[in-house]
Amino acid sequence: MSSDQISRDETLHIAHLARLAITDEEAELYSRQLSAVLAHARDIGALDIAGVEPTMHAVSMRNVMREDVVTESLDREEVLGSAPSSEAGMFVVPRIVGEE
Amino acid sequence: MAIVDMTALEMAAAVRSGDLSAAEVVEAHLGEISAHDREVGAFLIVLEEEARRRARSIDEAIARGEEVGPLAGVPIAVKDNMALRGVETTCASRILEGWRPPYTATVLQRVQAAGAIIIGKTNLDEFAMGSSTENSGFFPTRNPVDLSRVPGGSSGGSAAAVAARFAPLALGSDTGGSIRQPASLCGVVGAKPTYGLVSRYGLIAFASSLDQIGPFARSVEDAAALLSVIASHDPMDSTSLGAGFDATGLGAGVEGMRIGVVEEMLDGVSPGVASVLDAAISALEAAGATVEKVSVPAARYGLSAYYLIAPAEASSNLARFDGVRYGLRVEGEDITETYLRTREKGFGAEVKRRIMLGTYALSAGYYDALYGKAQQVRTLIARDFASAYQRFDALISPTSPTVAFRFGERSDPLSMYMSDVCTIPSNLAGHPGMSVPFGQAEEGMPAGIQVLAPALGEGVMFKVAMALEAAASKAAVPEWGKAAGAGGAA
Repeated sequence: MSSDQISRDETLHIAHLARLAITDEEAELYSRQLSAVLAHARDIGALDIAGVEPTMHAVSMRNVMREDVVTESLDREEVLGSAPSSEAGMFVVPRIVGEE
Repeated sequence: MAIVDMTALEMAAAVRSGDLSAAEVVEAHLGEISAHDREVGAFLIVLEEEARRRARSIDEAIARGEEVGPLAGVPIAVKDNMALRGVETTCASRILEGWRPPYTATVLQRVQAAGAIIIGKTNLDEFAMGSSTENSGFFPTRNPVDLSRVPGGSSGGSAAAVAARFAPLALGSDTGGSIRQPASLCGVVGAKPTYGLVSRYGLIAFASSLDQIGPFARSVEDAAALLSVIASHDPMDSTSLGAGFDATGLGAGVEGMRIGVVEEMLDGVSPGVASVLDAAISALEAAGATVEKVSVPAARYGLSAYYLIAPAEASSNLARFDGVRYGLRVEGEDITETYLRTREKGFGAEVKRRIMLGTYALSAGYYDALYGKAQQVRTLIARDFASAYQRFDALISPTSPTVAFRFGERSDPLSMYMSDVCTIPSNLAGHPGMSVPFGQAEEGMPAGIQVLAPALGEGVMFKVAMALEAAASKAAVPEWGKAAGAGGAA
């Protein structure tokens, strides 16, 4: 199989990496659709452009510095107000570390 | 003339001189919205009370003889991917349903400081991913010119709002054509500025190296006026250029200008759109410009590069929607299951597709062959544009290869992506581009001409746009209740 084909299993793996739960039927569909897009992108795979510098950003990026001055920041209560769950000034989430 | 048919600058002048009150202007537009937005679906939220309150305070300021801004009293519609403090902002995604941002985007602070009145938040393809507004997580927007057709996308709600006379101005965002393509399909003006000219602070990120906010209007002059308000340096955006935009002298004409027609953007163009382009070329020649074909060879690879780069950036940007700090949470046994379930329920199919495509393009083993190569193509596109601009002041092309299509007609993702083939290269290069309505193509539907210019070449771009506007036949005005498949006026 050439690299522009994404199998059903590969699709399930990518979905898990991206933290997306998908069904087996969706995996079939997405595998076909993603393969079609990658097949179209094969035209650039065929380009002989070794040595061309990649462009990550259209404008040349540089560090932006400012004076170390304290300014107003977002209101903590307002920010926590849009969280699904919060307590004592913190976000509450389900258990992260397994028992034992 | 009806208030809603006036240009934004006419409205602002009438409000300043006292011929109209800001309250009258706002009521006229709210009236159009309540009469017709049930058919169009341009807005996710209409801010009636807030708009009335702002109008009153502008009228009071004028009565007190205070100085008001250049857009005082002018309603503006805002794409719902820009944060407005305390007002639900969803990006048309279920994952952000009910989210009220604790801050306001810089562009919205600037339009409010100029006296413009935000009249509502407009519909879009979820997270700005799409070309038809069919991917909204809530409902599709219809094209006001023909309600059986899409308005384009992703800023379809903003384009439709301006075409439908719900507001004379709107803001959209353009990552691969999301301002220009819907402008073309709805028959209005839409401009994507040079990357970095307008602050992205408060614009919910899709592909950070490509996203740029820009204006919609029914006249080129109005679009320029809005751009001059929003273009400025912003310390809150590290990619902000520090340049502004001067909207004066844009009517100077194109006499002596050299304008190139991009050959690579003529493939697959419909016969109707091709004749609109021919008419535009003749109009520019008649106005004294020299028009010739020019090749920008790497533009051919724009679509492929874009559909690797934009999803790659999106897969990273959208990782923040995890059910922890804001938006939807679907609780699971542990944190991983919470992520999986929240994102499964909250994101629509196109968003999932692009996140997966981006994850794949960035994954070990494919990074160099896909993402890395796409970034090299980006360099080639910038290089080929640069060599074209040695010979030409500006370039033109069709904005979209076709007129607005019907709902469901492009259910295959790749055929939808083709809508953006002419607009994508300028995002990859970071250059400005705009669409100007230039009469009708197939079945009376509007078609736009795209004008391209080098980085910070907005001045020449708007001059060409103004010359085209002067020669264009009148844009189609929505005829309520007459459109096919509309089911009659509500």
